[in-house]
Amino acid sequence: MSATPSQGSIPVLRATGLEKRFGAVVAATEVCLEVIAGERVSLIGSNGAGKTTFVNMITGYIKPDAGSILLDDRDITGLEPRTINRMGVARSFQIPQLYAELSVLDNMLVATACQDRHPSFWRQARSADAVERALALLARFNLLEHAEQRVAGVPGGIRKLLDIAMALTVQPRLLLLDEPTSGVSVEEKFPMMDIVMHALEQEVMTVLFVEHDMDIVERYADRVVAFYSGRIIANDTPQIALAAPDVRRYVTGTLH
Amino acid sequence: MRSLINDPPIKTPPPGVQRKLITGVALIALLIAVGPFLPKWLTFLITMAASHGLVSLGIIFLMRGGVVSFGQGLVFAIGGYVAALAFVKLGFTDAIGLTFIGGLGAALVALPFAPLIARYRGIFFAMLTLALSMVVYGILVKTDVLGGSDGFNMGRPTLFGQQLADILSGYVLYPLTVVISGAVALAARVYFDSPRGLISLAVRDNELRVEYLGASVRQTMAINFVLAAFVGGIGGALTVLSLGHVNPDFSYWTTSGEFVFVAILGGYHSVLAVFVASTVLEIVRSFSGLYFPDTWQLVLGVFLLTVIRFLPHGIGSLWSNRELFKRKGGEK
Amino acid sequence: MDQVITILVDGITYASWLFIVALGLTLVFGVMKILNIAHGSFYALGAYAAATFVAWFATLQLAPSLSLVTMFLAAVAVAVLVAPLCERGLLRFFYGRDEVLLVLVTYALFLIMDDLTKLIWGANPYYVSQPYSLFGNVTIGAQSYVGYDFLLVGVAVIVGIAVWWGLKRTRQGKIVLAVIHSEEIASSMGVNVSRVYTLAFGIGIFLAALGGALTAPMISVQPGLSVGVIIISFAVVIIGGLGSIPGAAIGALIVGLARSLAVHTAPVAELFAVYVVMAIVLVFRPEGLFTLTRARKI
Repeated sequence: MSATPSQGSIPVLRATGLEKRFGAVVAATEVCLEVIAGERVSLIGSNGAGKTTFVNMITGYIKPDAGSILLDDRDITGLEPRTINRMGVARSFQIPQLYAELSVLDNMLVATACQDRHPSFWRQARSADAVERALALLARFNLLEHAEQRVAGVPGGIRKLLDIAMALTVQPRLLLLDEPTSGVSVEEKFPMMDIVMHALEQEVMTVLFVEHDMDIVERYADRVVAFYSGRIIANDTPQIALAAPDVRRYVTGTLH
Repeated sequence: MRSLINDPPIKTPPPGVQRKLITGVALIALLIAVGPFLPKWLTFLITMAASHGLVSLGIIFLMRGGVVSFGQGLVFAIGGYVAALAFVKLGFTDAIGLTFIGGLGAALVALPFAPLIARYRGIFFAMLTLALSMVVYGILVKTDVLGGSDGFNMGRPTLFGQQLADILSGYVLYPLTVVISGAVALAARVYFDSPRGLISLAVRDNELRVEYLGASVRQTMAINFVLAAFVGGIGGALTVLSLGHVNPDFSYWTTSGEFVFVAILGGYHSVLAVFVASTVLEIVRSFSGLYFPDTWQLVLGVFLLTVIRFLPHGIGSLWSNRELFKRKGGEK
Repeated sequence: MDQVITILVDGITYASWLFIVALGLTLVFGVMKILNIAHGSFYALGAYAAATFVAWFATLQLAPSLSLVTMFLAAVAVAVLVAPLCERGLLRFFYGRDEVLLVLVTYALFLIMDDLTKLIWGANPYYVSQPYSLFGNVTIGAQSYVGYDFLLVGVAVIVGIAVWWGLKRTRQGKIVLAVIHSEEIASSMGVNVSRVYTLAFGIGIFLAALGGALTAPMISVQPGLSVGVIIISFAVVIIGGLGSIPGAAIGALIVGLARSLAVHTAPVAELFAVYVVMAIVLVFRPEGLFTLTRARKI
């Protein structure tokens, strides 16, 4: 599926001692996590356990109260989402953040334009090479046939894929997927994750994905990190993590 | 890779910017060609429509990024005052030079405010720009050197070192205004279709995503604000060249209201539509002055309501991107 | 010292007048999310109606103090007759549209009402200064002030307390507050939102018209009244925070005092002192003094 992490290599992401409170709610406490290049890590936990808070802290949407986040060896704690993105961290969203008015292709062109350090004032956004690159990326996600459709009119699963495809225009080293299969019907989940994982395989990319479906987790993750009330309660291979009593009690609900 | 583009799913691309530009150049040429045969009042009307249209076009720069300025009279006034001052105080009389001095002056005034203004959205953006324009109005009214509330006059500009006789000047300023406005309009079209223009549209719909794609929302807004000022300043300078007079009312909020009116009437999808809308306003203004002087605001108001109610994307939606609007309408 | 008192008295009386008008504006915004440019037109309408009523009243030869009642009735008439007409007959077709677009809708309404007012009352000024002398003069320090000005302070306090009490202590008021807080939740709990809109708009317009009616004796009532009042009351509610009642009070005081300070110490700045203050407030508190910023969930 993916390259097994080589032991001893420098982690792509190193989060240490992250703390975040919203009033009385503890969204993150003593959160430490290292992720090695090429790993596929699944973040699990019930709603409000702190998964999305973690993703939001890594990507700069919220700033941790304490702790540090290192990307390779660079400190990215509390930087703007834009800056972090430019350093090679991209994300998708639980609710796809798309431009409903525009076509699928134009959404990709928005991503291309945004990613340019000095976007042109006079070249055409729909230039041949920009369109070509966008279509190539769409092809990887099996989205070519939808390229000219307005996003407002395409099904939810297509939007999810497009959301991820847009994140990829940055050619990130670290990709965070926030519930890639939420809102997708049960039958479509596996085909969709197959498309995503296949698309991601073509580059050396580290992936963190938030997921509620344990079948998906077991099949696609190299490692599982389980959250419960802002804490990490398990961090291991899927087999071991999903069997841990705490995880079964607080996350999967298979132990009462 | 190339084969991808020719795959059946990709239908004919929308009319390219080239086609729009060619249409634009043809229109400008046509307007200049018919100029000598038009009655004087009509060339003056078109001159005003074109130069005022530029100020509304400035608002379109902002509208494409999702904000509307209710104080665009500010840059209109600055452009006008700067050009008139350069003429009166510095003795600089070249029409084209004065136009660009006006535009640059307005852009320079806007520049320090741009990073601040770029933080605001919606009503707050509208009100802050309105406040700025009213501050300038207040200053202009109280500045006796600039003629106070009466403003001041300027003489006839020159063109390429040639004096313009009074009889001729209308016929020279008309094509000049048409050419300059047309050139700015074409440049605006190119900008709107550029990566930066696309980012503006994206900011309008979803700022968060823009930031997560690595672009700066604030920078985009700030740039649009300065560009809008530049374009509006050119409009102000051109207006003053033709009127020969400038006064603080240029910056009053009701003047800004008319610019917003035209921007809404035209819609932000078509550059041409803005100028059509501007012409419509000038026609209503001159005819109402003749036939219903006491109810011209009433007519304007009813007109505006009708447009907002039945043509929410402006008259530009009648001919540009038809498919887009149909879909949007069906969705709501 | 005398100058300080003068500045304070002028500032506070001006602020009282502003508060009455701006309270209506902020109430309408709070409930309907409409920043109503036509608010100034209703203000002018109130002034014209009061001028007509007071002039008619003078022909009845009754006790002069009762003319105050007719001014009040003029404001009521505007609120009862014109406000529902505008809200039901026009504004409701635009509900749910973008806030800035709604500003434009009210701008159109302003243009229409301005001309209609001119058509009805003509372009000549009306003078109804009788009520202005009802309260004689009041001397503070070395300066004497017109007693009528202090009536404004009283009315402002009464209006402020009445609206506050109405919102906090009555059933209707609590419903209005629920709509201000979240229209969606309120309507899902069975609140008839469109009735609340009509009510809030009526009260808002009443306050605008009352402000106009109370001003009528102090000025010559003529075209152009509406234009001047709109922008300054916008400044008040923007400074105070859109939709906030205490905000309107504080905003009115700030604007009133700033203007009065400018008038008495630097007349050159009179026209723009208010906007400078507004710009400064917005720089430090982008949403005004009394508004909470909300985070967005992704």
